[in-house]
Amino acid sequence: MTELAFRPREWWQKLAAPIDPALLGMLALLVGYALLVLTSASPERLNNQFLNLAVALVVMRLAAQVPPQRLMHLALPLYVAGVLLLVAVALFGDVSKGARRWLNLGFMRIQPSEIMKIAMPLMLAWYFQKHEAMLRARDWVVAALILLLPVALIARQPDLGTAILVFAAGFFVIFLAGLSWKVMATLVFGGLASLPFAWTLLHDYQRQRILTLIDPEADPLGKGFHIIQSTIAVGSGGILGKGLGNGTQTHLEFIPERHTDFIFAVLSEEFGLLGNSFLLVLYALIIGRGLMVAANAPTLFSRLLAGSVTLIFFTYAFVNMGMVSGILPVVGVPLPFVSYGGTALVTLFAGVGILMSIHKHRMLVQK
Amino acid sequence: MLKPAEFKNPEQEIERFQRRLAVAGALVLLAFFLLFTRFFWLQVVQHEHYRTRAEDNRISLVPIVPNRGVIVDRNGLVLARNYSAYTLEITPGKVADLEAVINALAGVVDIQPKDRKRFRKLLEESKNFESLPIRTRLTDEEVARFIAQRYRFPGVEIKARLFRQYPQGELASHALGYIGRVNDRDLGAIERQGAEDNYRGTEHFGKTGLEQKYEFELHGQTGFEQVEVDAGGRAVRVLARTAPLPGNNLVLTLDAKLQQVVERAFGQRRGALVAIEPATGGILALVSMPGYDPNLFVDGISPQDWEGLNTSEDKPMVNRALNGAYPPGSTFKPFMALAALETGKRTPQQTISDPGFFNFGGHTFRDDKKGGHGIVDMYTSIVQSCDTYYYVLANDMGIDAISAFMRQLGLGQRTGIDIEGESEGVLPSQEWKRKRFRKPEQQKWYAGETVSIGIGQGYNAYTPIQLAQATAAIASNGVLFRPHLVRHIENINTGERVPIEPEPLRTLPLKPANVEVIRQAMVGVNKEGTGARAFAGAEYTSAGKTGTAQVFSLKGGKYEAGKVSERLRDHALFIAFAPADQPTIALAVLVENGGFGAQSAAPIARQVLDYWLLGKLPKDAAPEFEEEVEGD
Repeated sequence: MTELAFRPREWWQKLAAPIDPALLGMLALLVGYALLVLTSASPERLNNQFLNLAVALVVMRLAAQVPPQRLMHLALPLYVAGVLLLVAVALFGDVSKGARRWLNLGFMRIQPSEIMKIAMPLMLAWYFQKHEAMLRARDWVVAALILLLPVALIARQPDLGTAILVFAAGFFVIFLAGLSWKVMATLVFGGLASLPFAWTLLHDYQRQRILTLIDPEADPLGKGFHIIQSTIAVGSGGILGKGLGNGTQTHLEFIPERHTDFIFAVLSEEFGLLGNSFLLVLYALIIGRGLMVAANAPTLFSRLLAGSVTLIFFTYAFVNMGMVSGILPVVGVPLPFVSYGGTALVTLFAGVGILMSIHKHRMLVQK
Repeated sequence: MLKPAEFKNPEQEIERFQRRLAVAGALVLLAFFLLFTRFFWLQVVQHEHYRTRAEDNRISLVPIVPNRGVIVDRNGLVLARNYSAYTLEITPGKVADLEAVINALAGVVDIQPKDRKRFRKLLEESKNFESLPIRTRLTDEEVARFIAQRYRFPGVEIKARLFRQYPQGELASHALGYIGRVNDRDLGAIERQGAEDNYRGTEHFGKTGLEQKYEFELHGQTGFEQVEVDAGGRAVRVLARTAPLPGNNLVLTLDAKLQQVVERAFGQRRGALVAIEPATGGILALVSMPGYDPNLFVDGISPQDWEGLNTSEDKPMVNRALNGAYPPGSTFKPFMALAALETGKRTPQQTISDPGFFNFGGHTFRDDKKGGHGIVDMYTSIVQSCDTYYYVLANDMGIDAISAFMRQLGLGQRTGIDIEGESEGVLPSQEWKRKRFRKPEQQKWYAGETVSIGIGQGYNAYTPIQLAQATAAIASNGVLFRPHLVRHIENINTGERVPIEPEPLRTLPLKPANVEVIRQAMVGVNKEGTGARAFAGAEYTSAGKTGTAQVFSLKGGKYEAGKVSERLRDHALFIAFAPADQPTIALAVLVENGGFGAQSAAPIARQVLDYWLLGKLPKDAAPEFEEEVEGD
């Protein structure tokens, strides 16, 4: 008992045991870079973000400690709970800014769609693992239903950004599980063909965002303002950027949400193409590391889960940077590990913890 | 490895998974490459465009309006200046609910509906980081009241702004003109001058008179503040400042005291007087009565005042000196006589016998002296103002010869004075009539029409300034100058004074002997003729000529002063120069509906000459000025 106090080295080893130093190192670089940008975008939030990071790291460490087999047991209950909560949101949720996303539990408000970002890949990976031996057409259909039910609930809130992320998380599992190219091609063409129909299902503001993307200058002071101003911020950054704290677009308040969804505009304006490239490289390394973990994972469940979690990081990054630089519509997706905010950080680091756990248990038979 | 193998091939399974993973990895790289391409496009290829747009977002140029140049008379007496007054200004960008703030302000200072109207108009035209006046010319008490409650009004402040002021009120109003708020017509003028940049932020523009003519001299160079603004349009800090350069000052040829002597001499009567320095064309007095107070216009004239000025029967807004065209009456006779001498139609000694009328083509042209003047030579014809002499002379000369000579004297043409909008008047000739009328029978010139031209009636119509210019031409032995009001333009930034050089328009090839005949005759007028009463006891030798212009009887009615209403009475005219041998002043004066020139116009001329030559003021009036000689 007392040996812990006297043997800090051993204590540390125990703490660090499930951690993947390579992944953590890359993330440390990324998070450090993000904090640097935050000192310019919103220095008054720096302390809060440190707090968020501390919580997220604890969550990561806890997740890393849970073996994949245990995670598998969590899959179904977590998914069912998530869906129930989403239904509860639809029935009793708090409305804020025209969307019903939050559930007030009395002592705290939660956003159940956030749970789905983890629950979805867990559930689908578990499902495929369960039917590993004999995948039939029916199983693919069930998988599709498992995917679409929560996505539809989230999209109806409406929260297009989260719906896209949850959909992507589930789709990556199905894709990696080996959905035939033929089916995928059919779905893609079918999807394109039903676009006009999908258009009618969108909310006015969602349609507006898409129209705005196509021609932001049509309404430069209204709907197009965000895209125009963030594009100006990116473009005016040039190759080397204006320097930390010198972004005029940022500091004269032309950039909306400059510490959250649009923090990439700040980074781009102040660090230029060089800074953007550095960010892309960091993301590519982290994603590469994640895919390696997936490739070496021992079970179908852990392979699918690791692959999906990794590709979700990519989805966040791509959608966010694409939005800020004006090639994707404005949806509420933060820049992963960079944007200010606790919820996203915790979810993301939980994903990292899962990856680490899978990496740790890459041998079926533990030493 | 421990799983049952019969249903699947784990090796194959893993291989397929890894292929999928590789595809996903490739897609990730492709997507990142796409993003990189987009960044490259924005940050390298289009960088210049976006850099400019970011700068445009950020920097705003706020103009600093320069001080307008002041206008002083030939002795430095200030006629137009700027004074600083407190204005209460709101920066709309800093105020959430404008209407509420204005209502609250109305409880502290007096805010009239007219102030609100003006503010709304300004608001439409401005950017919302500029502060706009809601009230001008606050009293000291209002300033104190506002300052005590300033904490209640963020975004509202007291500023000292410069206003135009005409300290002498109505004095020389028609010469000075006035400034008013910039309108569309002024914007056109600014554009033609290519001065749009320099007029950013300028609210006032010269509308008439010297203020209009010398607008671009008086305005000065606008300064700029480069201000960094945020997305809300709020000024964050000043980046750079270019100080404005004040406008040039105008030093006039006009003598304000002389001007005042004239305006007082007119009193309530309507009319005009132009006094010119014959050797330069410099205008010593330019009077049009009644005048108006140009101060009314500076801040935007109130509808009632504007209505009053425009509907008044006296037409105070008309500059009679430049825009009133009047028949010259008998003041035309010296010019006719000179024309006769120069064209050889008469010698000074030639005489006529005047029966009191002249018959021509079945029409009788009467002399105003019943029974006639008897034997009349040229001297007598002028001194006694004999009409018959000029009926005959005009008939002998013919309209086109008269017209050609009068044109050289500048009659019926714009003089080119440095005020806009001068009228041309009418110098009748056969060609003029052809152009003037449409119907062929009206276009023909009848010889009978020439006869009344000889005594300054008929189609003749000249502006007072033309008469003054022609009189000055005789006084200067035939040198005709462009009349001008500005003596120098003073650049107070460099201290440079640019004189306006006298500009001889032409030198008439007059024989000095002929001019001398006219001069002697005009001296005779003031000594023993129609002007003798007005100039009795003068301590200098002056030359003059009286005149009376018919208002009413052109179409053949008979004039009897008692029977026609005051407005239809004849206009009284007088032209003069003095001292007769070395003239320093030449003038033309017209009193509307004043009756005989000798009665009402000549005494005004006497007062002018007395003051100008002797410094003598009329008994009842000593000029009172707010004495201030411009020092800066």
